[in-house]
Amino acid sequence: MAYQISVFAENKPGRIEKITGILAQNQINLRAITISSANGFGVIKLLVDQPQKAYELLHSHDIPAYLQEVIAVIMEDQPGGLHKIAKILSQNQINIEDAYGFVVKTGERSVLIIQVESQPHAQSILERSGLRVLNDEEIYQY
Amino acid sequence: MYWEKEIETISPEELKTLQQERLKLTLQRAAQTPFYRKLFAQAKIKPELIKTKEDLQFIPPTTKEDLRSGFPFGFLSVPLTEVVRLHSSSGTTGTPTVIYHTASDLARWSNQVARSLFTVGVRKNDIFQNMMSYGLFTGGLGMHYGAERLGAMTIPIGAGNSKRQIWFLKHFKSTVIHIIPSYALLLSNLIKSEGLDPKTDFNVNIILLGAEPHSEGTRKRVEQAFGAKAYNSYGLSEMNGPGVAFECGYQTGMHLWEDYYLVEIVNPKILTPCQPGELGEIILTTINREATPILRYRTKDLAFYYQEPCPCGRTHLRISRIQGRADDMFIFRGVNIFPNQIETVLMNIPEVGANYRIILSREDYRDIMRIEVEIKPELFAGELPKLERLRERITNELRAEILVTPQVVLVEPGTLPTQEGKAIRLIDKRKL
Repeated sequence: MAYQISVFAENKPGRIEKITGILAQNQINLRAITISSANGFGVIKLLVDQPQKAYELLHSHDIPAYLQEVIAVIMEDQPGGLHKIAKILSQNQINIEDAYGFVVKTGERSVLIIQVESQPHAQSILERSGLRVLNDEEIYQY
Repeated sequence: MYWEKEIETISPEELKTLQQERLKLTLQRAAQTPFYRKLFAQAKIKPELIKTKEDLQFIPPTTKEDLRSGFPFGFLSVPLTEVVRLHSSSGTTGTPTVIYHTASDLARWSNQVARSLFTVGVRKNDIFQNMMSYGLFTGGLGMHYGAERLGAMTIPIGAGNSKRQIWFLKHFKSTVIHIIPSYALLLSNLIKSEGLDPKTDFNVNIILLGAEPHSEGTRKRVEQAFGAKAYNSYGLSEMNGPGVAFECGYQTGMHLWEDYYLVEIVNPKILTPCQPGELGEIILTTINREATPILRYRTKDLAFYYQEPCPCGRTHLRISRIQGRADDMFIFRGVNIFPNQIETVLMNIPEVGANYRIILSREDYRDIMRIEVEIKPELFAGELPKLERLRERITNELRAEILVTPQVVLVEPGTLPTQEGKAIRLIDKRKL
């Protein structure tokens, strides 16, 4: 199982600068980031190499942060890569609540991060379908 | 010219005699109520020794908190069977304040409002469209009964629903409207956006502004928008409601009806009497009401009084527009709101952090209330939809309490500005 950090932030200049500054000073590496916003505020999701440490650091700076389990699954970096995973999930009636991805090695591998309601269930389905699900360390090894 | 010439132009000596007679009766009634019976005993006051307005200073003032503490019957001086109506302040978290009226109280209040309306030129042949809300709020019903007493055809349309207001204005050719000043400006714009001219396509010639303090500038704009005269008035539910004080045709200060109330204007900190022109808190004693006598009520409203006699010939004390409040109450779209009501709601929601801020502004004549709420870091659940639901929940709970819908914005903890460690709770950017 992998972890991501969700951070509550107002939609105004300087918010990402502040968060990334704290992470940089503490030698925490970022793999991916997504931002969603509505009504003047938003949620920033961060995938980092030391999630627990990053979470504690942000908290100590009074930044509302939340440590959350996600599924990180290896995806082929070629047409149909995402479709293959989405198909498995849909066939099993699993709804994707949020997802984002990043390429690890162009033309070969990328990683898809997904959030679903029942993570362990979805993970075992993906694994039984022959897909590789990563934990925190593994995300950074690839 | 006058509704009741004798009483409106009464000489100072006669007024004094009348007030003393009515004060005596009021004190006897007060002594029947649980609250004042206890107060007189504790403060060792013999009500029969309080004879003049000057003697009133020996009675401790009554506050809104006192009225709340007297809920439900602490201020009632007649058997409940004699009561025909009650009015009550809004608010679901705090104890409400309740004012009871007997049939003769209502008759006197209606007369008071009829007199006020007559003073600004309303007559029997007028058509009166009452755009204030009806119900526990006194603005709607109070003016309604006064207008009927006067004999004007009264349209109890109530507040809001601008399309219907415009339809009635057009088809019944209403000549008098009772309206909140900010809504008057909004309505005139809506009328224009329907391709009509508020000045020439309608018959409004008297506008009664109430329920919201406003400036001379706002009055001028309302008058220009409708091509009609707009008159300021003053009232509060604890003192019946509308009709406590009303402007006359000269539009310089409001006559506070001294056959209904004893008026004091005092320094709000030390309660010493103010000089003419000096801003102070209005303190009122009911002397023409039986069911709910209230002695020296601290209105928290700030105004000053004029010394010069009014050219209209009425001798009752003229007070200025309400210039502000001695506490932090504010009026939003005609609703009285205390920041504490908002605080109570917010602090009962676990996800809400320590600080919040209320920002009032005005856009296109519409009042906007924005409430910035810090969220608690440890209760942040990571997902945007959850935050949206929290925001909606906060909005709904606030609406249930303050009866208007604020714009709620969630902010990060520790980001709201503070002054010497003390949060600034209320910022009012509206120009009166």
